[in-house]
Amino acid sequence: MSVVMPQPDAAVLARRESIVAALSAIVPGEGVIASERAMRPYESDGLTAYRALPMVVLLPETTEQVSRVLAYCHREGVKVVPRGAGTSLSGGALPLTDGVLLGMAKFNRIREIDFDNRVVVAEPGVTNLAVTQAVEHAGFYYAPDPSSQIACTIGGNVAENSGGVHCLKYGMTTNNVLGCELVLMTGEIVRIGGKHLDAGGYDLLGIITGSEGLLGVVTEITVRILKKPETARAVLVGFNRSEDAGDCVSRIIGAGIIPGGMEMMDRPAIRATEEFVHAGYPLDVEALLIVELDGPQAEVDHLIARVEAIARDCQAVTCKVSSSEQERLLFWAGRKAAFPAVGRISPDYYCMDGTIPRAKLPLVLKRIRELSEHYGLRVANVFHAGDGNLHPLILYDANKPGELDKTEEFGSEILKLCVDVGGVLTGEHGVGVEKRDLMPAMFSETDLAHQQRLKCAFDEKGLLNPGKVFPKLHRCAELGRMHVHAGRVAFPDIPRF
Amino acid sequence: MMTDTLKPRDGKDVESAVQGALAEGKSLEIAGHGSKRAIGRPAQTDLTLDLSALTGVTLYEPEELVLTARAGTPIAEIEALVASKGQQLAFEPMDYGALLGGWPGAGTVGGALAANLSGPRRIKAGAARDHFLGLTAVSGRGETFKSGGRVVKNVTGYDLCKLIAGSWGTLAAMTELTIKTLPGPETEATVAIVGLDDAAAAQAMIAAMGSSCDVSGAAHLPAAVAASLPLAHAAGGGRALTLLRLEGVAPSVAHRQAALVARVKPFGEVVTIAEASSVPLWQAVRDVLPFAASRAGAEAPLWRVSTAPTQGAALARMVTNATGASCLFDWAGGLIWISVPDARDDAAAPAVRRAVAACGGHATLIRAPAALRAAVEPFEPQDTVLAALTKRVKEGFDPKGVFNTGRMWAGV
Ligand SMILES: Cc1cc2nc3c(=O)[nH]c(=O)nc-3n(C[C@H](O)[C@H](O)[C@H](O)COP(=O)(O)OP(=O)(O)OC[C@H]3O[C@@H](n4cnc5c(N)ncnc54)[C@H](O)[C@@H]3O)c2cc1C
Repeated sequence: MSVVMPQPDAAVLARRESIVAALSAIVPGEGVIASERAMRPYESDGLTAYRALPMVVLLPETTEQVSRVLAYCHREGVKVVPRGAGTSLSGGALPLTDGVLLGMAKFNRIREIDFDNRVVVAEPGVTNLAVTQAVEHAGFYYAPDPSSQIACTIGGNVAENSGGVHCLKYGMTTNNVLGCELVLMTGEIVRIGGKHLDAGGYDLLGIITGSEGLLGVVTEITVRILKKPETARAVLVGFNRSEDAGDCVSRIIGAGIIPGGMEMMDRPAIRATEEFVHAGYPLDVEALLIVELDGPQAEVDHLIARVEAIARDCQAVTCKVSSSEQERLLFWAGRKAAFPAVGRISPDYYCMDGTIPRAKLPLVLKRIRELSEHYGLRVANVFHAGDGNLHPLILYDANKPGELDKTEEFGSEILKLCVDVGGVLTGEHGVGVEKRDLMPAMFSETDLAHQQRLKCAFDEKGLLNPGKVFPKLHRCAELGRMHVHAGRVAFPDIPRF
Repeated sequence: MMTDTLKPRDGKDVESAVQGALAEGKSLEIAGHGSKRAIGRPAQTDLTLDLSALTGVTLYEPEELVLTARAGTPIAEIEALVASKGQQLAFEPMDYGALLGGWPGAGTVGGALAANLSGPRRIKAGAARDHFLGLTAVSGRGETFKSGGRVVKNVTGYDLCKLIAGSWGTLAAMTELTIKTLPGPETEATVAIVGLDDAAAAQAMIAAMGSSCDVSGAAHLPAAVAASLPLAHAAGGGRALTLLRLEGVAPSVAHRQAALVARVKPFGEVVTIAEASSVPLWQAVRDVLPFAASRAGAEAPLWRVSTAPTQGAALARMVTNATGASCLFDWAGGLIWISVPDARDDAAAPAVRRAVAACGGHATLIRAPAALRAAVEPFEPQDTVLAALTKRVKEGFDPKGVFNTGRMWAGV
């Protein structure tokens, strides 16, 4: 584990008992978890290589309790780490040993379903899937569908701006959230947006979404729901070369078609998933594409025919159109089980999440193969092909000394490669602690300082989820300082009128 | 007015200009073409920072769905370029030209994003902010920074693009932007219901939006408003018109048109409008032509109200009962353009604010004489916590208040 977390505050740790007592007066009974054994389940999130026991776990039930907890911690200088379901793959919910872990699990009610305005108002601890389940009897659904949707919470989705296989057509979380209630570190409560389409004023909702729990604690969320498409069909296309698969994706989009989902897998990923779920994937191809079209029957039939024609033009070696809903779901079953499938063929795997301009796919895959040989670690690639979001899964064994370090190094090389070809460090999993120290590969000191000043506007003392996202912790006073060079020549040679 | 305008040639010039302004203690008004200059509180600035010389598309890869352009590139030029590849800006940026008495087709891409423009397709495809992928800008600290990237999916760091979208030039001067482009529809058609009152129209639009017909525009023109648009008049014979747009490939549009007609028939007489008339009709709705300056008066007060679709009709009724204003509904009833008879000296602000307080949402006074925009808050007043937060955000990016300060609220 190579990332250094902020130095624990000895003065806070020394006052642990009185702090826990004060917080117990705010959060009732079993909502306070302070024994080491009971806190164990909270010591890490989905990035299990990183673990720490928090000072105390709190499970508040009301916005008022959250507000009082934060106000207390603000006054006393105690750090706070918010947590949803703990499925983050970037360590966003990693506890701090001198901090409160604020679990939002008890915020688990849907407050309102409003079909006429096509919105659901939910508490942050409601799972992603539960939102869809609450409205599907009326033919509606919530579009962003991370593979973790049975477990992950809407609050976590907002914090990470999570995506899913359908976000090429339907957007990420940020495009599907209309409002929220947010408690600032001071305990102040802000409401932003609501059931209307734009919140007015600065787009604070747009920066809270994806802010990884560093700006405030979200206590209520209003999301848009959509009417289910009439029908959906999927095509399974195999290629002998990943270049052909990439070309096919470009040509589909170039033809003006935005599929509901467009996923790619490479040979190792195909093999692992086929052996696991027997989805009927061809095993003798280098790349497999799943292209799903959704909408009215007439549209889907029309577009499927066009996609098939494009695929044939791109040297597809196999091409199978789902002929029933059952078969469509089977096509997806493989892809959706890709992570656990890879988990079966290796003691451990490490999931990466870079985005690249799609045209660079052949180059990036080639470099990953070379790196794989260099590090002596196998890789399986799954790819949200439509939007260029690559998930290389590095296979390793944590019990072999040094192998985790080697894996992390390999992972960093992949992400830097993504940035080098014009892409970014993370497409949907967030920076967290995992990619924190890679941020300078993408951003200058000045870029990061501008982001951090936003943090200062929300949390001046830097008590909310410190040690995440930003490689260096600057004091807000230092960031706020400005050096104006009075006396220098103003507007030297800019054209004036 | 000589020497009042700085016209930088590139990003470096913009940085020098801001540093110069800081050194001299001068304030700057950021402008592209100045086509939306009349929106907001009339703020006093020492100099204009004219970004219209920063032009040119530097990257356009249709198959990657991305386009990068310098901030002063005319939005019309970008729309023409992407159209030549069968693509569009799906957020359908409205053109304020007619409303503000300017010429049509003016405006830069930087201005479009700074105002977070959108159009009728907002209900399906989002606003400019939803298509804003990356930016380079100079903050009020005189420093160049960037955010986002040139790929369509990215969660690396805070999404500063969202913050800058809709900030009306009060936080940073954008120099280069990357936006998402999407395939344009092969064809479109409109299903229209004739003669509904506002409340019935709201119900019809809710029914349409709650169907699988994938409606990409839902607007209601009350009779007097419909009568002012020749195309609407032709379709509805001078009666109110509730418009529902369908876009996509031909077989799909045909199929959905039949389904939608069946769905809305119970509401009243239904007519269909084919592509040739549908396109200009929606453009007229997008640009709010019934309330154009040439028609309503160059300074006739005009409000833009965003509310929950089910509240639109009630909100409009509260305002019209009190003031005799007339309304145009877009976004399935969630966007209301309210034109106030120009005799009023308070732009009907108390009635509008009361209605918004009762029904939810927010209102912006888009058009009014400068004196009125100084007397009446054009942007929705914020509660104290939100106002303080807004101010801290402003100070983070622009501590000395060099940029457009006071345009949105006092000090912001
Ligand atoms: C098997 C698997 C598959 C996955 N697939 C996908 C995928 O397809 N797409 C995708 O985008 N992600 C995916 N993820 C990642 C993860 O599920 C998402 O990031 C998810 O949104 C995290 O939600 P959570 O409730 O578990 O949040 P947590 O992990 O508990 O927390 C995540 C972050 O959110 C903050 N946070 C949580 N709740 C709040 C709140 N109420 N207020 C403020 N901050 C808060 C935390 O501080 C932390 O920084 C996957 C993860 C796993 C394990």
